[in-house]
Amino acid sequence: MEHGSLRSAHQRGQSGRDPPACAIDNRTFFTLRVEELADRLYGVALRFTRNRAAAEDLVSETVVKAWAHLPQLEDRTCFEKWIFRILANTFFSQCRHEREETLAAEEDEDGFSLFDRLHQPFLLWWGNPEQELIHKLLCEDLDRALGALPDCYRAVVVSVDLLGHSYAEVAEMLGVPVGTVRSRLNRARSQLQRALWHQAQAAGLVSGSRDEGDAHD
Amino acid sequence: MTEQERIHCEEVVASLLEYLDGELDDARRVRIEDHLAECRGCFSRAEFERALRSRLQALATAPPPDSLKRRLKAILDEF
Ligand SMILES: [Zn+2]
Repeated sequence: MEHGSLRSAHQRGQSGRDPPACAIDNRTFFTLRVEELADRLYGVALRFTRNRAAAEDLVSETVVKAWAHLPQLEDRTCFEKWIFRILANTFFSQCRHEREETLAAEEDEDGFSLFDRLHQPFLLWWGNPEQELIHKLLCEDLDRALGALPDCYRAVVVSVDLLGHSYAEVAEMLGVPVGTVRSRLNRARSQLQRALWHQAQAAGLVSGSRDEGDAHD
Repeated sequence: MTEQERIHCEEVVASLLEYLDGELDDARRVRIEDHLAECRGCFSRAEFERALRSRLQALATAPPPDSLKRRLKAILDEF
């Protein structure tokens, strides 16, 4: 292995246990994993930032940071979760100052539920309305609805729904209480479903409905 | 549907997303699962939320543009 300094740092941390993971050197391992995960790193970065150039910067910065911290990764099987944590942390630290602004504006989101809307008694559906809607929604619809969320809401949805982070993990990364993550997530999902409902109406996907669906908005 | 059952449905609706997030303790999780096994309405709701989430999860993947591939290659080559 040619990366002497890094390797010795790695080994010092492992005090005697010589894991089979070392069979493949750090650089090869890292390169392979990054290439393998490039689609997801870019995809998630794009949902976080909503901007191609910013997403490219975020992925690049994540890869540089991950390489620098690789000696601290004790279990290589956790690499994927670990690098996405670095990605999320990097994004969160970039937008930390922006977060505060959006908070005051977003208070009353009333738990909008697509499922409830689809089961309103005046909707004229045949078959299974929710399955039909799920099938008819385009990726662009979902992307647009997600993109329309304020940054601090989109961040929790991407972290929990796309990356599978726990509320506690997101709370730690954002430096907020778990209860805050829970309430932001609830509001975010409610807004997301409301946006999807409006898009579905505009696209005529819920053509059996009359306009009363909007009466409470 | 009995009064008790209706309250139970409301409880399930209220904690369904946390259930799907895997955030409930074992006791609450089991109560929800027992209810979902018996209640068609809540079961359909859970299926819908699951399906919506898996559609959303597809957004986690996007082909990186060539400019990013070149940039990553340059970064990795320097290590
Ligand atoms: Zn029920």
